[in-house]
Amino acid sequence: MTATAATAPAVGNDPAGTGSRGTRVLGAFIAAGIPTLLLFAFALSPEDDSMRDAVRLLYIHVPVAILTYVAFGLTAVASAGYLWKRTRWWDTLAHASAEIGVVFCGLTLVTGSIWGRPTWNTWWEWGDVRLVTTLVLFLVFVGYLAFRRVPADPEVRARRAAVLGIIGAINIPIVNRSVEWWENSTLHQRSSLTDGNLEDLTLFTWFLGTVVLGAAFLWLLVHRFRLAWLEDEVERQGLASALDERRAEARSGVEQAVGGPVEGALDPRGDPR
Amino acid sequence: MVRDSLVVAGKDLRVEWRSRILTNQVAPFTLLVVVLFGFALDADTATLRDTAAGLYWVAVLLVAVLAVQRSAAVETADDAHQRMLLSGLEPAAIFLGKAAALFVQLLALEVLLGAAVIVLFDVSVGNVALLLCTAVVATAAIAAAGTIYGVLAVGLGVRETLLPILLLPVLAPVLISATRAFGDAFGRVDADGWAWLGLLGSFAIVYIVFGLLAYGVLLEES
Repeated sequence: MTATAATAPAVGNDPAGTGSRGTRVLGAFIAAGIPTLLLFAFALSPEDDSMRDAVRLLYIHVPVAILTYVAFGLTAVASAGYLWKRTRWWDTLAHASAEIGVVFCGLTLVTGSIWGRPTWNTWWEWGDVRLVTTLVLFLVFVGYLAFRRVPADPEVRARRAAVLGIIGAINIPIVNRSVEWWENSTLHQRSSLTDGNLEDLTLFTWFLGTVVLGAAFLWLLVHRFRLAWLEDEVERQGLASALDERRAEARSGVEQAVGGPVEGALDPRGDPR
Repeated sequence: MVRDSLVVAGKDLRVEWRSRILTNQVAPFTLLVVVLFGFALDADTATLRDTAAGLYWVAVLLVAVLAVQRSAAVETADDAHQRMLLSGLEPAAIFLGKAAALFVQLLALEVLLGAAVIVLFDVSVGNVALLLCTAVVATAAIAAAGTIYGVLAVGLGVRETLLPILLLPVLAPVLISATRAFGDAFGRVDADGWAWLGLLGSFAIVYIVFGLLAYGVLLEES
């Protein structure tokens, strides 16, 4: 193993991890930002006239929902980039973004559901366009991730996953439209942002949530990207290192048998008989 | 290109006709699904009549998964897809051909399923033109999407478990639209069936165009 570890290309300055100076700075920002967000969301911002305290959940729900769409959009763009450039960078980006997108999408559904219980008096509302669209989107990208885990030639998998990523994004407006017509009704909030009657502190808290969670998204994305990259390196080197190990074993076996070093008896590139 | 795609469609249909898997296994399965719905919904004809449109299209989607798996299995067996590539046919023509074959098979199964639903669930069809147009357009949409997703797993050996999770969520809009249009045709829901048909049509066009463009990428061997 040591032989392959020495020849492994270093990622950043620290090949054993996925952290770097940039991510540590970003991480520190998030570590400070999340308590601040919670302080504003739970203590400093006022409760809503109609939603009461449930409005506080929206400081997480809305940014997470926006970031879900950003993540899946990024997957589609990176997928197209892969088909265009055919480099591992784009493929890894699409994968990393989709994985975080699914987590954020799950969070969107869960926080939305918890919010809906006191506000709409139901955990789930089939008649709501955005709910159903988001659920279908979640399932589409869970399928995408399942496909990414299929053992296959990396290039074949990357190519097909790219098509899958693009199709997933194309599907969003169609699902949205079909559900919209389906029940022809929506309980969902109209965008409160454009109403213009939000209080300053509410608006600021919402903005803070978007910035902090956006940073968290970026932080996760960078780490996930680097991790996927390293995983890929391991996968590529797995076979080579296994061969090296077998050769080393064979050599030490021969050396023990003849009681000393064997010069040229077993060329590492030759047939390891 | 049309001639090439007819060759591919002819090949797939001939394989199906000779293997009889569609008639011996898939067709009985469609009837079984209808019977199971009957059991699940408590032998209540009124309920069955109200939900017939939705049950019909759920059954179609289940059957479509099987048909798509068959269509992909034909290419996986003996690495037939590699020979298809060597034949020098345009990927777009292969896509059209396979989608057309799937379309014909699904339509045949839908006729059978439709007869079963009408007889067993006691449904009367008010608007035959809407019914037929919906069936044709929805089937084209399912066939196009199914052909794209079917080839994704070719050569990977995980087809059976992977396909439903990939294909079914994507077909959700087809299920919604076709159910509404059928509900209108059965006179069961107050919906504008023709508008839903338009939505189905746009779905079909998106997937057919996407398939024509992307099929080559999916077939490529490294």
